[in-house]
Amino acid sequence: MSGIRVLVGCKRVIDYAVKIRVKPDKSGVVTDGVKHSMNPFDEIAVEEAVRLKEKKIVSEIVAVSCGPTQCQEVLRTAMAMGADRAIHVEVDPATYDHLQPLHVAKILSKVAQEEKVDLVLTGKQAIDDDANQTGQMIAALLDWPQATFASKVEKTNGELKVLREIDGGLETIKVRLPAVLTTDLRLNQPRYATLPNIMKAKKKPLVKKTPADYGVDVTPRQKVLKVEDPPVRQAGAKLASVEELVAKLRDAGLIPT
Amino acid sequence: MALRFRQRRTAAQICHILHRNLAPRQKRCILTGSSIDPAHGLGDDQRQIQQVALDFAQNELAPNMQQWDAEEIFPVESLRKAASLGFGAVYCSDQFGGTGLSRLDASVIFEALATGCCSTTAYISIHNMCAWMIDKFASDDLRSKWIPKLASMEAFASYCLTEPGAGSDAASLITSAKKDGQDYVLNGAKAFISGAGKSDVYVVMCRTGDQGAKGVSCILVEKGSPGLSFGKKEKKVGWNSHPASIVSFDDCRVPQRNLVGVEGQGFSIAMRGLNGGRINVASCSLGAALAAIQHARGHMKVRKQFGKTLDSFQYLQFRLAEMATQLVASRLMVRNAATSLDNKDPNAVALCSMAKLFATEECFKICNDAMQIFGGYGYLKDYPVQQYMRDTRVHCILEGTNEIMRLLVARDILTER
Repeated sequence: MSGIRVLVGCKRVIDYAVKIRVKPDKSGVVTDGVKHSMNPFDEIAVEEAVRLKEKKIVSEIVAVSCGPTQCQEVLRTAMAMGADRAIHVEVDPATYDHLQPLHVAKILSKVAQEEKVDLVLTGKQAIDDDANQTGQMIAALLDWPQATFASKVEKTNGELKVLREIDGGLETIKVRLPAVLTTDLRLNQPRYATLPNIMKAKKKPLVKKTPADYGVDVTPRQKVLKVEDPPVRQAGAKLASVEELVAKLRDAGLIPT
Repeated sequence: MALRFRQRRTAAQICHILHRNLAPRQKRCILTGSSIDPAHGLGDDQRQIQQVALDFAQNELAPNMQQWDAEEIFPVESLRKAASLGFGAVYCSDQFGGTGLSRLDASVIFEALATGCCSTTAYISIHNMCAWMIDKFASDDLRSKWIPKLASMEAFASYCLTEPGAGSDAASLITSAKKDGQDYVLNGAKAFISGAGKSDVYVVMCRTGDQGAKGVSCILVEKGSPGLSFGKKEKKVGWNSHPASIVSFDDCRVPQRNLVGVEGQGFSIAMRGLNGGRINVASCSLGAALAAIQHARGHMKVRKQFGKTLDSFQYLQFRLAEMATQLVASRLMVRNAATSLDNKDPNAVALCSMAKLFATEECFKICNDAMQIFGGYGYLKDYPVQQYMRDTRVHCILEGTNEIMRLLVARDILTER
């Protein structure tokens, strides 16, 4: 068996450590001059693909990212970590502001078909919009089985055995390939890209495409009306006694009178 | 249920989870886009390399730096982990396993690593300097023997120039190497040797000829060579994550093939190594100063006196602005000097000396000022600023004292051309 082919979705997001600022006109958040990096969940997806390749289960890893030119940075990171090549689906910044999970899912499912991959791996969600939709939508569009929130993946002949973290505990499911898999936090801990691999990644092929190349219409279907800061936490008060506390709770309607 | 629950989590919560679960990750301390951002002016590749170094510093070095300092631990595992990413032989050619990057890249890397632990990074930088001297000047036999091991830090290296009686006047060194059959027999002692006892190979400058610089040769001495011994471990103000002691040679026998370059070339090799070493140690100062500024800035935003936070006092605002300015000026000089080495600029010696003089002094002042901003807390070992101050102090003394730096600059200026 020649091993399975994997497509890994890599989103470029505002770095997790950055303090997010809302634009004064409330149209979105400030991204200019702000540090960006690969969505941490996607980093876990890349790591998993690379580990599967090291176990000779995977034969080729293709990284894909949709967005403005700077997305190539995260693709280079993916290739430095071990992806074999990359596809950058260029979306201009203005359009990208309104790009929605369905658009990305349509593009990625077309890429998956064109590249004849057996597995689509993505983070379970991106830390910027927290949509948690893309993986599931790709599965629906391709009519492939999905294994979301994976925290352990094993290959058994022609199938993937996936451990999922659910509220009640752990669930083990089997999916037949081709399939879509989204990664949870505890699946693995991504490696550092080594300096020699960063250098080698520069020579790996990165192909530029547009949504039109895949016949995907990226006209927005939703309109963002307003983006606001979360409410600032109100100052509390110190109470002298339990009675006072109960009275306050009663006043606030939090316990029955 | 699980899905709905997960969808409700905000990015902040996810970040919180990330911090909790991904090793002992501290909050990444970044001032991206600000005027002191160390990524300013770098190309994409350098930024990517820098990010790896910053991540490594934050995840692997910073959480341990205080313990390594207090308990004087030489962190072998962490060093090898750093080497596995390519930090062991950064500017050695890739022919025998070096990473093959430039001096400027190395400076960017050492600055980034030093934000996590200045002392450990300083050792890495010395190791790199030794590896480069071997890679640049030694025979292919020695290169193929040592460079792969040094690049992976399976073997550690130490630089041995200074003697108890020969410091700034390095060319007056008296450790001798005399030919005897197929060997050299070394006698003498080297002082303040970083890594002594832990290192596997010692790059020793010793006298094979007449008085003066021309009589000096560079010889590799392996740990375990007969007649090689180490003095008691020195007690230092900073730089505590690697040992230093006297290295003694008593009829120490090494094969003649361990000669690096040719006889009489040793002093030149030592100085060529030090040019890079000066950039390296100055880069370590930059990283410590950057970290100190970040800590001071953080403290100013939360510490309240006279009913307001420290960042609202103009004196401290101005002080912080001066620290930032000193840092950026230092960084520009260091990177300029690194570029001059990359370009084999005839003025590289003076430019490296100026950069080392300026950056190590200014960055020490920055760390010291950061400590002042912390007030009484700054003097406590619970807070890392004092460690940056202690670790950077020695940068004004070693790799050529800053007085020798002035001498080298003056010599350059006064030369008739």
